[in-house]
Amino acid sequence: MTIYLILLALIIICAGGVVALFTGASYKAATWIGVASSILGAACAIFAAGSALFCGYHTSIHMAWQIPFGSFYIGLDPLSAFFVVTISIVCAIAAIYGAGYLKSYSGRKKIGAAWCFYNLLFASMLLVVIARNGILFLIAWEIMSIVSFFLVIFEHEKKEVRDAGWVYLVAAHIGQACLMCLFIMLAGGNGSLDFDLFSVSADKSALFMLALIGFGVKAGFMPLHVWLPDAHPAAPSNVSAVMSGVMIKTGIYGIIRIIYILGIPAQWWAYTLIVIGAVSAVTGILFAMAQRDIKRLLAYSSVENIGIIISGLGLWLLGLSMNNMVIAGFGLIGALLHLVNHAFFKTLLFFGAGSVVHATGTRNIDLMGGLLKRMPHTALLFGIGAAAICGFPPLNGFISEFFIYISAFNLLTCKVQGGPVEGGLIAIISLCITGGLAAACFSKLFGIIFLGEPRSEHAASAHEANGSMLVPMMIVAILCIFIGLLSPIAIRFIAPVVEQLTGSGNATVPLSMASGLLYKISLAGLSVVVVVSLLWWVRYLLLKGRVNTKGPTWDCGYLFPSYRMQYTASSFSLPVINMFRWIIRPSLNVEIMKGYFPVKGKVSTHTDDIFRKRFFNPIFRFVEVVAHKVHKLQEGRNQLYVLYIAITVLVLLLIKLR
Amino acid sequence: MDMKLFGPVIHILLALVISPLLMGIINRTKAKFAGRKGQPLLQPYYDIIKLLRKGSVYSTTTTWVFRLGPVAGLSAMIIAILIIPSGGINSLLSFPCDFILMAYILGVARFLTVTAALDTGSPFEGMGASREMQFAILAEVVMFMGVAVLAVGTGKISLSSIYYTLWDSNFTNIAPAVFLVALSFLIVLLTENARIPVDDPNTHLELTMIHEVMVLDHGGVDLALIQYGSCLKLWLFSSLLAGMAIPVRTGIMIVDMGINTVGILLISVFVGIIESGMARLKLLHIPQMLLAAFSVTAAAFLWVLR
Repeated sequence: MTIYLILLALIIICAGGVVALFTGASYKAATWIGVASSILGAACAIFAAGSALFCGYHTSIHMAWQIPFGSFYIGLDPLSAFFVVTISIVCAIAAIYGAGYLKSYSGRKKIGAAWCFYNLLFASMLLVVIARNGILFLIAWEIMSIVSFFLVIFEHEKKEVRDAGWVYLVAAHIGQACLMCLFIMLAGGNGSLDFDLFSVSADKSALFMLALIGFGVKAGFMPLHVWLPDAHPAAPSNVSAVMSGVMIKTGIYGIIRIIYILGIPAQWWAYTLIVIGAVSAVTGILFAMAQRDIKRLLAYSSVENIGIIISGLGLWLLGLSMNNMVIAGFGLIGALLHLVNHAFFKTLLFFGAGSVVHATGTRNIDLMGGLLKRMPHTALLFGIGAAAICGFPPLNGFISEFFIYISAFNLLTCKVQGGPVEGGLIAIISLCITGGLAAACFSKLFGIIFLGEPRSEHAASAHEANGSMLVPMMIVAILCIFIGLLSPIAIRFIAPVVEQLTGSGNATVPLSMASGLLYKISLAGLSVVVVVSLLWWVRYLLLKGRVNTKGPTWDCGYLFPSYRMQYTASSFSLPVINMFRWIIRPSLNVEIMKGYFPVKGKVSTHTDDIFRKRFFNPIFRFVEVVAHKVHKLQEGRNQLYVLYIAITVLVLLLIKLR
Repeated sequence: MDMKLFGPVIHILLALVISPLLMGIINRTKAKFAGRKGQPLLQPYYDIIKLLRKGSVYSTTTTWVFRLGPVAGLSAMIIAILIIPSGGINSLLSFPCDFILMAYILGVARFLTVTAALDTGSPFEGMGASREMQFAILAEVVMFMGVAVLAVGTGKISLSSIYYTLWDSNFTNIAPAVFLVALSFLIVLLTENARIPVDDPNTHLELTMIHEVMVLDHGGVDLALIQYGSCLKLWLFSSLLAGMAIPVRTGIMIVDMGINTVGILLISVFVGIIESGMARLKLLHIPQMLLAAFSVTAAAFLWVLR
């Protein structure tokens, strides 16, 4: 029954997309159809997945298909249901936001096409997480890549957007190639591509590596993230939110699914994941710190958060391989919860970024400032998102990072039993550095955008976002607060998945420990709220009836302060960037002032992605050189081709005659 | 009252009442070393009370973020105090990995202080905010590494149980590691509380400040909250340090608590001596000092792993 409901959801979403495509240039009709079908589809999907999640049963439907090895085989187990719920919530909310956001493009762009691609992206993501057949999975995966490519190049008249789309397309297909190899090898045993008929005959470690690379390109951890900082800013903000919030998580889904299929993991897989997680988290947030483009910063921060999730998965595997279910359970709870949390607060931040870009007309945060007075609601909601992503209690980010920490600390104290301590230490140190850097990065982001005085005309004339953009932000912000304060309830949503992935019965201990812990954390979170309100009230009582005046900011006696004297994002992050310059290698161009009465001085900083510059660019340059050499064989001259044919025929004749 | 609650509640009351005295002791120690008579020991209390009776002056640039900073900062310190044990006596709020909650709550306070500073639009406060964040990253890593050492050494992962078992007779073989961690914790204490050699709370040049410059625009009630909050923060770190550095657990609650409190006061004297004995470091050298502290904890980690 529920499985038909999810089919219905897919049909509704796709049909909505197709109808929206044919509404022509009408912004209103396309938007209504797009939003309505997304919400309706999401409701069906959430209902279906919710019942699968809570009843804990596995349902599937198997239909024959004309394609060799292919079958339309879909299923819902807790793991799939968990992703279905996350994807549906984010996509439905982002659709509402899109209705407001895309308004400014109406008349200039084909809104109907945008909605069609959006709905197809939604449907393909759902299909990816419920597909139970290799061919079906690969097709859904490819559709997801292609339609998101079209969404990325929405503003294709700009060159940088086309470049971003191109890089994304190449990256996506490198991943796809790995996945094809992976599924062929998995099917090798008994020639079926159905997930439940896979017999793992090939080398498990090779399969794991293929899955890691193939899905890793989509998940975007270092160093496979290169497409991400270009593609996310290029797309419209509702799409950036969906891509960053849930699309990259399908990569995580793939990794989890393959590990689940492969069975008991080797210990080095766990170490690989922990190290990848540590590197992605630290370098991701460092690069984020160095950015001035608000959406690019958020994209790098997605790399960081994927790193945190991967660390949690690594601890899960380490726990499984040691048969220590407390470590495994906590690592997995942390990873899954962080996945949901990141989906919510990153969506919130991308929505906020979209509204800010919409209001100021620039993505450069050094040109913003003072927006809190001009966009009070957006500012408050963005602030909640920023605090949540830093992992501050009582918001949701803390809960998930806490579980990864506690898993790692449990690993440390396993020393008595001769357990591996290094994995835990790497996870703790990387999480800790990441936490500190994230706090620096997001205090900068929030402070420079919303506080102080406007740094440009654009910022000074900014306006508050419209309701269709504010309401979705409000919903996600409430979700962030809800998971943070009422985490004992929130954890029930992922308990079935934890049970499925740690083996039946193994999850009972960590889950009951977790809910005991969460009550105390919720208590602490609530007491923070209570104490803050109490003190605020005391402050109010004290100040009431006294002389309360206003004046200018203290300027140290300087009489002519101007908005240009404020600290900028670049100056704020410079000390941190300098401290880590051996990793991220920023370039600094200084035009030194000359003479006694200097006229002009100039300083500019720039941070290239080192992985792209030093790793991928040389590789692709090599490929280009080789391709150019091969190109001489195929220059488009017919005579040459006739010659090839003649030579081939001649050679074949000679072979035959011999 | 339940005896189990008695100890922690007394510790919290002590922290709330005595913490401003620590500042007084530091100032008095510095005065003695300089050959001055110095301000009264209770001067911090007088300052806070005086400030609480004032009105307010707010910059026209500022918003609610600026007003939230001091309130949330003090609240965070109060909650963090609930988590720390007093020597071997359990805290009120204790659970596995509670120190992470403590560290992140301190993070909240820092985040809101920094955003309040940025809210003024003043370049000086931006500068202070930027530096505060930079050093906090390193200090936090040292702190986590230190706690990891203690966790591995004792096999426990909540602050209360770590401190309870720390000086247990079975654990005397980790003593060298604990003292190394205590040494690095002292550096964290000096950094987090903006003391010499990291920051000079008495400097008069805005450009050279870190913490003080962030609160330049706060006055009156807000400044009182900030000052009280920083007293509590000093108490918090001193209490953690004293519990680590003083190898005495009698098992009698009142005696243990007395020892811990005396230890906290002695740490204030020690901070005063450090401040009298040296000048502040160049800003560029502070990360190096924190990295040195990190190396010390790393060495301690190797010791407990042996």
